[in-house]
Amino acid sequence: MVENIEAFEESLLSLDRIQAKEILTQEPDTALFEALETVVVPTMESIGQKWEEGEVALSQVYMSGKICEEIVEELLPLDDETRIEHPNIAIMVYRDFHMLGKRIVLTFLRASGYKVSDYGHQESIDEIIKRIKSDKIEILLISVLMLNSALHLKELTDAIKAANLSTKVVVGGAPFRFDTHLYQEVGADAFGKSASDIIDIIDTLKAK
Amino acid sequence: MTPMQRVLTTLGHEEPDRVPYFLLLTLHGAKELGLSIEEYFSNGQNVFEGQKRLREKYGHDCYYSFFYAPIEVEAFGAKVIYSEDGPPNSATPFLKKEMIPTLQAPDAKTAPILQKVYEATRLLKAHAKDEVPIIGVVMSPFSLPVMQMGFEAYLDLIYNEPKLFDQLMDVNMKFCIDFANAQLEAGATAITYFDPISSPTIIPKEIYLKTGFKIAQQSIAQIKGATATHFASGNVLPIMDILPQTGTAVVGVSTFEDLGELKKAAKQKLSLLGNLNAIEMRKWSVEETKAYVKEAIRKGGKGGGFILAENHGEVPYFVQEETLLAIKEAVEEYGNYPLQD
Repeated sequence: MVENIEAFEESLLSLDRIQAKEILTQEPDTALFEALETVVVPTMESIGQKWEEGEVALSQVYMSGKICEEIVEELLPLDDETRIEHPNIAIMVYRDFHMLGKRIVLTFLRASGYKVSDYGHQESIDEIIKRIKSDKIEILLISVLMLNSALHLKELTDAIKAANLSTKVVVGGAPFRFDTHLYQEVGADAFGKSASDIIDIIDTLKAK
Repeated sequence: MTPMQRVLTTLGHEEPDRVPYFLLLTLHGAKELGLSIEEYFSNGQNVFEGQKRLREKYGHDCYYSFFYAPIEVEAFGAKVIYSEDGPPNSATPFLKKEMIPTLQAPDAKTAPILQKVYEATRLLKAHAKDEVPIIGVVMSPFSLPVMQMGFEAYLDLIYNEPKLFDQLMDVNMKFCIDFANAQLEAGATAITYFDPISSPTIIPKEIYLKTGFKIAQQSIAQIKGATATHFASGNVLPIMDILPQTGTAVVGVSTFEDLGELKKAAKQKLSLLGNLNAIEMRKWSVEETKAYVKEAIRKGGKGGGFILAENHGEVPYFVQEETLLAIKEAVEEYGNYPLQD
């Protein structure tokens, strides 16, 4: 299996979509979820970790995720009922207009078999509360790039608490990498340094 | 020494009277003048007045004639969105890849939105004479498309559409060079070439060599003044060996990389600008600020080739006056040459 992970990673980083698909489809269809767990997730985690350590670039994380997402979506359409629906997850960008971080995390989750609601760019706290209530969102993932957007998240997390919602908030983006205590200051439950942290964070929050 | 002499001495890799420091303040000018950020950036007179007051208060070694990053896409016709406590942002990207073949660069010299930059620069030049360097800014042709097209669409273009990529670079390069030279004509001493996409944090070195590196070489060669290249807190160590070949004299470095290692890698071919943590700075006590400044000077100051600054290229709005004053005091305390161990 380790060989598969290494080969899959190599094919993604060299943008070899055909080879990547071959590796994933070596197993019979019924083993797809196993392949997602044993090949896709560790590979994407490894690529994310390598970005964190400065060994690969963000563009490679993005392109790898995109190829991976395309292959997985062919094998497992977004509306497939076997996708992981629990916990109920939504993702959005808050206040600023920098969408790449959200896109990479969304790609990673979809390539890992998760069903995720994409809320796009959001500014209105009332609108966000309304949506997470109606969609019964258990984990809300929020990406920001600007420091002021990050600091304004406190108003949102306060509103979620005031509405008596048990939704957990996970944040990510540059301000949280440069100040690793900032997520607590804005009332979030966790933060991801890179997209590769997301599965562990979801598992930890699920266990709570 | 005047700030100009101090900066030129350190850029010559010699030790001036003390370590120069650049507080790259933009939004704080609005606070100083009691204006909203949108009002502040609406004309050159405000920015001149803001820069003048900020340097009077904090004593740093430059004026910064930078307004806001999306002013360049605004010149292309894009919309800019203001906020009450952060830098203006570009709104929805205006450029689809299908539009690239017919895209034309605005005339940087006559573009109405850029006149306020030239006005501020001219006023600063008249005020500073040649005693304080005035630092202008351009986005690199290679990094501007993030605001023109959006990040995802631009990465797809880099990887999948080489012809369209080249066409876009031609347009952006002309605009970048003209904008830089117009600022120099107005009185800027040097130009900061902001190129975050070229950082190995964002793009692998092998792609950089084929793209951002060559574009920097061609652009910087046509900018008629000194340039500093800033990666806006992205890493640079893996490309430090080739950066001098772009023609840049100074590199803005990240807090995630060690100043001592960077200094070694610069091999007296590049001067360093950095690398205080701009995000954490908001919460630093006076004591913490002084400790960080002392450490940066210890690692980067010896032998010159070093300007103390934060690592992002713009001090966030939330950084307090006390912290900025503590940086000033710490430089005065620990930054006099010869440096004490």
